[in-house]
Amino acid sequence: MRLLQREGLRVIFPRNQTCCGQPAYNGGYRDEARRVAAAQLDLFPQSYPIVVPSGSCAGMMKHHYPDLFAGTPWQVQANDVADRVWELTGFLTEVLDLQLKDLGEPVRVAMHTSCSARREMGVANAAEALLGQLQGVELVEQDHKSECCGFGGTFAVKQPEISAAMVGDKTESLRRTGAELVTSQDCGCLMNIGGAFEKQGDGPKTCHIAELLWERTRER
Amino acid sequence: MSGEFHDGVVKALSNEALRGHLRRAMDSLIEKRLAVFPDSDELESLRHRCMGIRANALSKLPDLLVHLEARCEEQGIRVHWAETTAEANSIVLEILRSHRVERLVKGKSMVSEEMGLNHALEAEGIECLESDLGEFIIQLAGETPSHIVMPALHKSKQEIAELFHEKFPDIPYSDDVDELTAVARGILREKFMQADAGLSGVNFLVAETGTLCLVENEGNGRMSTTVPPLHIAVTGIEKVVERLTDVPPLLSLLTRSATGQPITTYFNMINGPRQPGEKDGPQEVHLVLLDNGRSRIFADEELQATLRCIRCGACINHCPVYTRLGGHAYGTVYPGPIGSILEPQKEGLERLGELAEASTLCGACGEVCPVRIPIPKLLNRLRWEGVRHDGSGETAGQGKRRKQSQALAWKGWSTLASHPALYRTAVKSASRFRRLLPQQLGPWTHVRKAPEIAEKPLRELAEEEGFSHE
Amino acid sequence: MSDARSHILQRLRAVGRAEESELARPVASHPWSREEKLQRFTECMSAVRADVHLTNEREWCNDLQQILMTKGARNLVYAPATPHGQILQSGLSSGDIELIPYDQEIEQWKSRLFDETDASITSCHGAIAETGSLILWPDETEPRLLSLVPPVHCVLLQADQIYSTFAEAVENQGWAEDIPTNALLISGPSKSADIAQVLAYGVHGPKSLVVLVLR
Ligand code: SF4
Repeated sequence: MRLLQREGLRVIFPRNQTCCGQPAYNGGYRDEARRVAAAQLDLFPQSYPIVVPSGSCAGMMKHHYPDLFAGTPWQVQANDVADRVWELTGFLTEVLDLQLKDLGEPVRVAMHTSCSARREMGVANAAEALLGQLQGVELVEQDHKSECCGFGGTFAVKQPEISAAMVGDKTESLRRTGAELVTSQDCGCLMNIGGAFEKQGDGPKTCHIAELLWERTRER
Repeated sequence: MSGEFHDGVVKALSNEALRGHLRRAMDSLIEKRLAVFPDSDELESLRHRCMGIRANALSKLPDLLVHLEARCEEQGIRVHWAETTAEANSIVLEILRSHRVERLVKGKSMVSEEMGLNHALEAEGIECLESDLGEFIIQLAGETPSHIVMPALHKSKQEIAELFHEKFPDIPYSDDVDELTAVARGILREKFMQADAGLSGVNFLVAETGTLCLVENEGNGRMSTTVPPLHIAVTGIEKVVERLTDVPPLLSLLTRSATGQPITTYFNMINGPRQPGEKDGPQEVHLVLLDNGRSRIFADEELQATLRCIRCGACINHCPVYTRLGGHAYGTVYPGPIGSILEPQKEGLERLGELAEASTLCGACGEVCPVRIPIPKLLNRLRWEGVRHDGSGETAGQGKRRKQSQALAWKGWSTLASHPALYRTAVKSASRFRRLLPQQLGPWTHVRKAPEIAEKPLRELAEEEGFSHE
Repeated sequence: MSDARSHILQRLRAVGRAEESELARPVASHPWSREEKLQRFTECMSAVRADVHLTNEREWCNDLQQILMTKGARNLVYAPATPHGQILQSGLSSGDIELIPYDQEIEQWKSRLFDETDASITSCHGAIAETGSLILWPDETEPRLLSLVPPVHCVLLQADQIYSTFAEAVENQGWAEDIPTNALLISGPSKSADIAQVLAYGVHGPKSLVVLVLR
């Protein structure tokens, strides 16, 4: 939010927002998802862009709201909201054409692009372009980069063994890069990957890309 | 199913050798596919076209089937219809009996796997020999295919070498691939000569011309459909396309998506039995069209997309879950993403609905599917069908996965999250009392630490920073 | 049995017919010249280990003989009623290669065809540059198994019969109006990667494919 504000934008944080409804939607509970999602629709009445700092929530609002609300009284409103949704890094590059000046110490960073950011929102390049602007950041690439980290929301709970195998492989790939920091545009992936590193006892730190960009470019 | 699938998962994950082997195999298939699609615009326009071809065929499916039948019959191909696999098996059995067939040689056919044909025929004393090299290997091992295109994908070279040595002790042990292939060639050539009948699947049926199209590299498909005096083809009712000109683009995407080949060695188009004056080819050709749940899938506008599938296996090759498990853990005929949408619909959600949950919805499958089946979307839809209780819709086993406790939990959650004040209180207390929350969150914490809850919720921070929240 | 037919059709017909999906424009064909087509065809064939030899109407018989000798073939199965069959009867000079005519039904000589033949020759119905494929339309004079059973398969291809794509061949040759009992695309020797993804040649069909391009 500070990042956006610094660029001269007026940032509004609707106090009543809760959750986009994705967990229930992916669990098959569409009525419950719709109930929660409907409560969000009214919060964005103006025609401002809606910037979402997590790929999967953005994907839910942009691509699944129209389906979820098709044939309901909210249909028009849901489509309107969907049209205005941006994933944060996509917004920063495409709309703001953000220029960054790195003030931080040199650091090796690996980027994990979440599956929804990559495939639903199509913004895999945006985050890398932003990181590329930071002189002090050496961006390293892990093997099987585009592969899912194994989070998948309810999947991690319903299929814990498969999820564990996937996050195990993902953390190993990330570790092999020698990165000190792993970043992502998605909170779910970070929680999954970061949690696994912590349990393993060591490993790179994890940090959301918004925080990384802000911390490295802010004047102190 | 639940227990079965879970056991399969645990077994597969504990097999380190299998996991390494699968990863290498999948990596190489992904790389090969990438290499034959250098131009992503060409790929996308071809995918769009192929999706259109398949969707168009489905939009006129009953008419095309009737037309196909008429064209086939005109050319001397006898057409049979089967609603169930049992019916299909007995049709095949009857044809074989009337020709006193003792030995049947088979080309690769997933529909025959679906039918459990080998068992059905062997129970009646008819020898069924798989002639595709991969199928031959797993038949020797007494296993089922673990992949729809490469049935013996799960087996390493050494395992196959040992298997051959055990089954053919007269032949000296070798783990040289060329030598192993030569052994199989020798054995199977005899069998082609002796077989009384050949059975195959079909990749595409062309309604316009009454053509059966078969795609293969080895030549066993051609052998099975040309050498014996009788040829029976079995396939699903959804395999039909309208026109012959629909075939080239589908073929191009099929082989490139499947194995990264610009084309396979053989593309075999069959339009009838041996004609007067011809010196070879079967004297009789039969086509068995199997429904087995397909017409039910057809009835749902969204789920109908499942039937566009051309069985290329690309979704399987790109699936991170399949890469960890291999095909057998699924316990179904069709594994991987295509299996996870097809099998629960065919066999019912009650038994196989769990497969739709065994996905992170990462989207890798949908991204590569040559006919653009929105697999993640269909998985999500099947999850809904599994817990849905409004009684509408066609899917078998609808609502059968609904558990009261889960339903209540989601209901509670939705109440909370649709009432901002309540939600705020809940989040706030989670922050305030975060030290009191459990550090062990069931299976999540086996390999991860429990996530820490922030000292202050984001909203509070936002307010403190003076962000507006009109 | 006819019950199944009517039940299935009934169920399918009960579903409202979806809108006919509009097909995207056909993917443009390649504007390749004759030479480019030949070059592309040759590259694709070589990539799958097929041999492509450039020759002409006068010399192909000699060239064929050379190739068969280097491959160690002692005999050649052919279709005697074809024009090239006639030429072979007088043109194949060496007595080292026995000519075996495929002039009877398969049932009469199955084991000889399978066990004793080394090589075969067929004509073709053209070729496809894009994928390196031969089009074969076997018929009463040129049976289907000629191109499948003997370990070496030789094919005569007229250089001006190479189409850019499969779609172009289907269109220009009018396949839909006049399709033969069996039509084939052959793109290399028989192969498999079913053992540990390692490519092996000559699984069931020919181990070696030789294309003689006539210019
Ligand atoms: S669903 Fe798509 S990718 Fe998967 S096998 Fe079918 S056609 Fe191929």
